[in-house]
Amino acid sequence: MPVEMSPASGAGDDLTSRVLRIIAETQRKDPSQVTIDSSFEELGIDSMDGVNIIFALENEFNINVPDDEVKNIRSVRDMVEGVRRLVGHADSTGDTAPAAS
Amino acid sequence: MRRVVVTGIGVICASGRNRDEFLQSLQTGRNGIQTLARNAEWGLRFQSGGEVAGYCQAEHFAPKEADMMDRFAQFAVIASREAVRQSGIDWTPELLADTAIVTGSCIGGQATEDQGFQDVYKMGKPRVHPMTIPKTMANAGASAVSLEFGITGPAFTIATACSSSAHAIGQAFTMVRSGMTDFAITGGSEAPFSYGLLKAWEAMRVVSPTVCRPFSKDRNGMILGEGAAMMTIESLDHALSRGAKPIAEIVGFGMSADAHHITQPSAEGAAKAVRMALKDAGIGPEQVGYINSHGTGTSVNDSTETRALKLVFGPNASKIVMSSTKAMHGHTLGAAGALESTAAILALTNNFIPPTINYSEPDPECDLDCVPNVARQADFEYTISNSFAFGGLNAVLAFRRI
Repeated sequence: MPVEMSPASGAGDDLTSRVLRIIAETQRKDPSQVTIDSSFEELGIDSMDGVNIIFALENEFNINVPDDEVKNIRSVRDMVEGVRRLVGHADSTGDTAPAAS
Repeated sequence: MRRVVVTGIGVICASGRNRDEFLQSLQTGRNGIQTLARNAEWGLRFQSGGEVAGYCQAEHFAPKEADMMDRFAQFAVIASREAVRQSGIDWTPELLADTAIVTGSCIGGQATEDQGFQDVYKMGKPRVHPMTIPKTMANAGASAVSLEFGITGPAFTIATACSSSAHAIGQAFTMVRSGMTDFAITGGSEAPFSYGLLKAWEAMRVVSPTVCRPFSKDRNGMILGEGAAMMTIESLDHALSRGAKPIAEIVGFGMSADAHHITQPSAEGAAKAVRMALKDAGIGPEQVGYINSHGTGTSVNDSTETRALKLVFGPNASKIVMSSTKAMHGHTLGAAGALESTAAILALTNNFIPPTINYSEPDPECDLDCVPNVARQADFEYTISNSFAFGGLNAVLAFRRI
């Protein structure tokens, strides 16, 4: 399968690499196969896989991804950008985890 | 093979505490979904559910009796009592020895188990209540029904997620049809409102944060429900010989496995089960007057079910009349097949089509007539009830006016 082999093109920061690593781990792929430009189709990510990845990202970054946002995530890049936005939000509010009883 | 008829129906759910209340809700499109009783405490991403409002076990069971049963098993007994009462059956020792009980439940006594786990994991208690195992087991509903009436015939429970009680009724149907037994009590019950399980549903991101809108373009998920529906079924000869009045005939049962994906439905798999039910009933698609759809209100289910029905009905698809009653009573998981079969039978025998409530916007991917928002008068001879479960296990039942 012709997959982009270079590390995250143009976005090789720590947050990006952590997101890519989580996606690779969840999809049981070799990390070299997952880049920020990978499509869900290339990685064989279906809707249930997407929910599983978001669960892992919530744990990794201590964030809470609303259902509304999940619907709009269609690519690896969307995941990276979504996490970056939520992490920034969490930093500014300090309110990261949902209330649990 | 023998003809099989339904002679008694019992219901308890968010849309009605008994058969008559349920019928009225179906006829008027009454919404049974409310804010969860423990919503503030639980703080979930969804706030609503189809709970049996004001349920009080003391109204139905002696204290010692209630102590032995989880809420889901209590529902099974309550619905069975109503069905048996309507059937007018006169229990004899021979009949008690012969009668079968087949129930469906997906999660069993989840609330009891949840309480036990909270006790040890969260509260640090050194022990769990000794009734945790017998109250949690998925067959507790079938066992409670056998104890209630003293029935000693074949009794068991089927767990196929959201198809559980459709498979259960189908199995009981084949047992009566073949002559293995003359009389059976069958259906399903479920009580999914416990914190741990709801967190698991929340994690799947398939529960609507607002309302359940099956087949509507702006649908955004299912709403969970609890309850039970049970029916007495028997051979037509058995019913007539004891002077009973049959309510409807069970004429077909189809089932299939998608072998496609653990959660995503397959139009082909669903279509196969519908085709099998119609073939078993010996009818063509054009004879089906009403389809009680699986219609969960998730984006994928409703569009896939539409495609499945088009595969089966072909040129007749434009004449399909279907609805999802889940918008009114919630998705009752293992009880869904029984509750919705009951809805289909009540529609058949009372000459109406229950509506799909909360419908707001047409979706090109769900372009069949789903009877939006308002019930309709209709005379028809055949109805089917669709159940398509997680795990790709499908069950479809066909009923005929009698």
